[in-house]
Order: sequence, then structure tokens, then C-alpha cells
Amino acid sequence: MTHLQLKDVSFTYPDGTSAVEHLSLDVPSGQRVAIIGQNGAGKTTAVKLMNGLLRPTSGDVLVGDWDTKTKTTAQISRKVGYVFQNPDDQIFHNEVMSEVRFGPKNMGFDEEKTEEITNWAMDLCGVSEYADENPYNMPYSTRKFVTIASVIAMDPDIIILDEPTAGQDKIGLALLSTLLSELEKLGKTVITITHDMEFVTEHFERIIVMANRRVIADDKAANIFYQHDILEESMLKPPAVARMASLLGLPNGILHKEELVDYLKQQLLLGGNV
Amino acid sequence: MTPIIQLDNVSYSYPVSEDWILKNVSLDIKKGSFVSIVGNNGSGKTTLCNILRGFIPHFHKGDLEGAIKLDGTDMSEYQLGQLGEKIGFVFQNPFTQISGVKDTVFEEVAYGLENLGVPVEDIYERVEEVLSLVKIQNLREKNPFELSGGQRQRVALASIIVMDPDILVIDEPSSQLDPIGTEHVFEIIRLMKERGKTIILVEHKMDLVAEYSDELIVLDKGEVLIQGPTRDVLASDVFNKAQIQYPHVTEIALELQKQGVPLNFLPIRDSEITTCFENDRGNK
Repeated sequence: MTHLQLKDVSFTYPDGTSAVEHLSLDVPSGQRVAIIGQNGAGKTTAVKLMNGLLRPTSGDVLVGDWDTKTKTTAQISRKVGYVFQNPDDQIFHNEVMSEVRFGPKNMGFDEEKTEEITNWAMDLCGVSEYADENPYNMPYSTRKFVTIASVIAMDPDIIILDEPTAGQDKIGLALLSTLLSELEKLGKTVITITHDMEFVTEHFERIIVMANRRVIADDKAANIFYQHDILEESMLKPPAVARMASLLGLPNGILHKEELVDYLKQQLLLGGNV
Repeated sequence: MTPIIQLDNVSYSYPVSEDWILKNVSLDIKKGSFVSIVGNNGSGKTTLCNILRGFIPHFHKGDLEGAIKLDGTDMSEYQLGQLGEKIGFVFQNPFTQISGVKDTVFEEVAYGLENLGVPVEDIYERVEEVLSLVKIQNLREKNPFELSGGQRQRVALASIIVMDPDILVIDEPSSQLDPIGTEHVFEIIRLMKERGKTIILVEHKMDLVAEYSDELIVLDKGEVLIQGPTRDVLASDVFNKAQIQYPHVTEIALELQKQGVPLNFLPIRDSEITTCFENDRGNK
């Protein structure tokens, strides 16, 4: 169980480009959090600060009681696992199984635990049937699942997924959904960056909106996707259900498909106007 | 309209593989049309793109059966270089497409034109035009490898459309882009269609597919299940059984229809939600 805290964190790249400014976040152990925002808003930089790939220029990042400035990235990666945005930045083995096994083996798990957790991670990510395949013979979307398996096999308390929804089909999205609930059952914290607003509203209670290097909102979906000022500043589009509800002139707050279907059914079948 | 690309009973398996990745695929792509290829991952979309752009059989060997015609001429009779001028391909993964031999975005976008032997002054003009079209003027001096995923995706698109090919084959152009950036990329693709280009798109975001495509080709396990006008395909039983994501508005309308709400027509675009139901909802 690891509590994650960012206290007034700013980060400037060596060339002087400021990427994140005055970021404060508190993520209790076991929580599921989505980070959304435009390209260039600072999302990837923010999560790289959480696992020590980057160190804050000012402010503190606390992983449990560790200050990331005093630990190596290797140490922090035992607690915070980061799945890269581009799977090709991460994969370096010729077989799926050896790729997934690399992490747990290096964690110093004994043979039995290494085997067990490798198989568990491959199963959960739907890549067991490709155990002996070369990851580079697989579609991008499946390679992404290989990289997720490699990180969860290290059994970190906090798992960061950088755009796992990119390029996923209906089946891939359903697999991600199962994965999120399994990790939640195990008490893992999962922080996900995504551009898929439908996926966000279906799967995340807490949403963090970033725009122009800062956090501009940290709230529930209903309080974000019906707030014009937040949408405007972050240049986000509301999810499809909210767009349809507003085209139909329905009351604010409808976000889920079932809600919209029920509402319209009431209206259309049981007496016109509600 | 005349077909610009025709496939007749095409089957293909990659070298050293025993499986047929595509099986008896027949289809026509009409000149100037916007066609989207949809299907779940592993259905053969990227392989089909490789055939449509001539990469199979020119680069990938393997077993290829059936006839592939580009502008009425057999694909194998073209040189790869000729195909490069006729067909532009935007990679699914922009990290793969960036050449790696150029230090700035400007040079990266100019690279294709240099290889085509375009006069230097024309290159400047065309690159400038495309940079502003794709809205990446501000990135011109940046190193392509220092860009974010979304920025690279725009550079990848720019470096292809600058070459002005007749046919654009585009494999998930917006997977790394935010919703507004995605819409913008689709607007650029629409503009290309208005300029007379033939567009072949692979995409999972069905709301956008429905909004922009004239026709859909549905792939499943290497076979074409159906090809036809977008709305007809989405309304077909074949599509329903294929377990592919519907546009959100279509999904909602179909659910309501199942629960007994009569529809005027099957909506495929968000805006149609206001007119697709038979009952007047009372909002005039």
C-alpha cells in the first residue's frame, strides 16, 4: 500500500521548456484516477515525475514515505510501475514471455513466484496465447498489452498507464476494463492517461484535467463534462452521451449510455414529454 | 465512378507463416471516394493496407494469390518508386515513420520531395503550405524525436500530404491525439478528399468513421464481410454480428429500438439524434 503525493511540483526540461507548474496531487492507496487534457498539457511529464524517471525542479514527490529525490529510479520502480506511451520504447525481448518475465526476475522474486506472476500477468492482459511470439510480429494494440503485462508482473503498488486506449478495438477496451477491476480488487492504485472520454466516464470516478502545464480540475465526471469553462480551457470534447444529451436539450448530468437510453425510453414510449 | 484500385479474389500469407492472413478478398475502391476499413485487431487491416499501397508484393514477399489492379494496371508492373508518387501511406505508429535522418521538422517534411527530385524553390513553398495546413509551423525548427506522440502524428501526416499523392492510405492517424486534434486531422483528410484524392482509412473511432466515410469495408479474420455505403453497412445484420464498435449514437438508437422505440432511420452521426425517432419528442 503506497500513498502518492505531489507537493507544489514544477518541472523544467534542460532546454528551459517548462512542462509542469505547481502541481499538487494526493492519490490515496488503491484509487483509480484518470488524467485527461490536450496534447502538450503536461500529462506524460506529470506521471514520469511520479516514478522517478524525472525529478522535480522544485517541490516534492512522495512515494509512500520516500522522497523521489533521494532514491534511484530503479528503487522507485519497485513501487511505481510506468507503462510507456509507445510500446516500442519499452519492449526489448524477442519473445512475449521473456519480456514479461524480465521485470519479476530482476525484482529478485524466487523462481516459483516469478513463474506464477508472469503467467498471471500474461493471462490478465490476454497475451498468454502469444507467449512464444515475437512482440514485433503483433499488432500495436497487442504489443501495448505486452508492456502492461511486463509492468504489472513486477507487482508495484502503483501502476501508471500512458494512453492504453490508443488504437484499441472493442475487444481491447473490454480487456482494459477487466484489467482495471482486477487491479482494483488487489488494492492497486491505477493512474491512466487517456484521450478516450467515453472510457473515462465509464471507468473512472476521479478525473484530473490538465491544461497548459497545470491541473485545472480534479473532480467527478459529472462535474467536469458539464462545466463549460473547464472544457473550454482544456479544449476537451465531452463524451458522446453528453453531446447527444445537450443536442436533445436534456438536463445536465447525463453521462452514461444506460442513463440516456432510460431517459429517452421514458420520454418516447411513456407519454412524450417528461 | 471508375475504380482506382481493384482486388479480385486476393489471398495472402506472410513468409514463413502458414496462415492465410487475407482470404479471397475482392473489393473496389472508387476514384475520389473516402473508404474506411474497419474490423477488430488481427482482422487483417494493416495487411490489406500493405496490399493497397503495393508494399505487398514489392517489399514483403510471401504467397500472394489473385489479381490487384491500380488504375487498371497490375500492381506488380509498377516500380516501388512509381508507387511512392501515386500512393501516400501514413503509418499507424508515427514513431516508426519519422525518417531519423533529418534534424528538424521542416527538413523531415521536405524529405519526400527531395527524394522525388522537386526543385528547391518549390519544396520551400510546398512545405510552408503544408506546415500551416497541419498547424505545425511552430514546430518547424524542432527535432522530430523531441516531439510528443500527438505532434509526431501531425508531422507524419504532413510529410505524406506534401508529396501530393493521388491516393492516401492512412492507418489510425489520430491514435495519439486529443479529441480536438483528432477532429482537426479528420478535417485535413476531408480537405484532401475535396481536392480529388482517394482516401483509404483504417480507424477504430467509429463516430469519426461514420461522420466522414462514403463507404465501409468490414474485415473479419482476413475476409471481407461486407462493403458498401456507410449507413447501409452499419444497418446490416452482418455488421451487428461482427462485434465491432458502433458509432455511439447508433448504439443508443439500436438499444432503444430493441426496447420498442420506433425509429425513422438509423442515425450514424450525433446530430441525427434529434430527428431519428418517430415520436415527436415535443421539442419543436
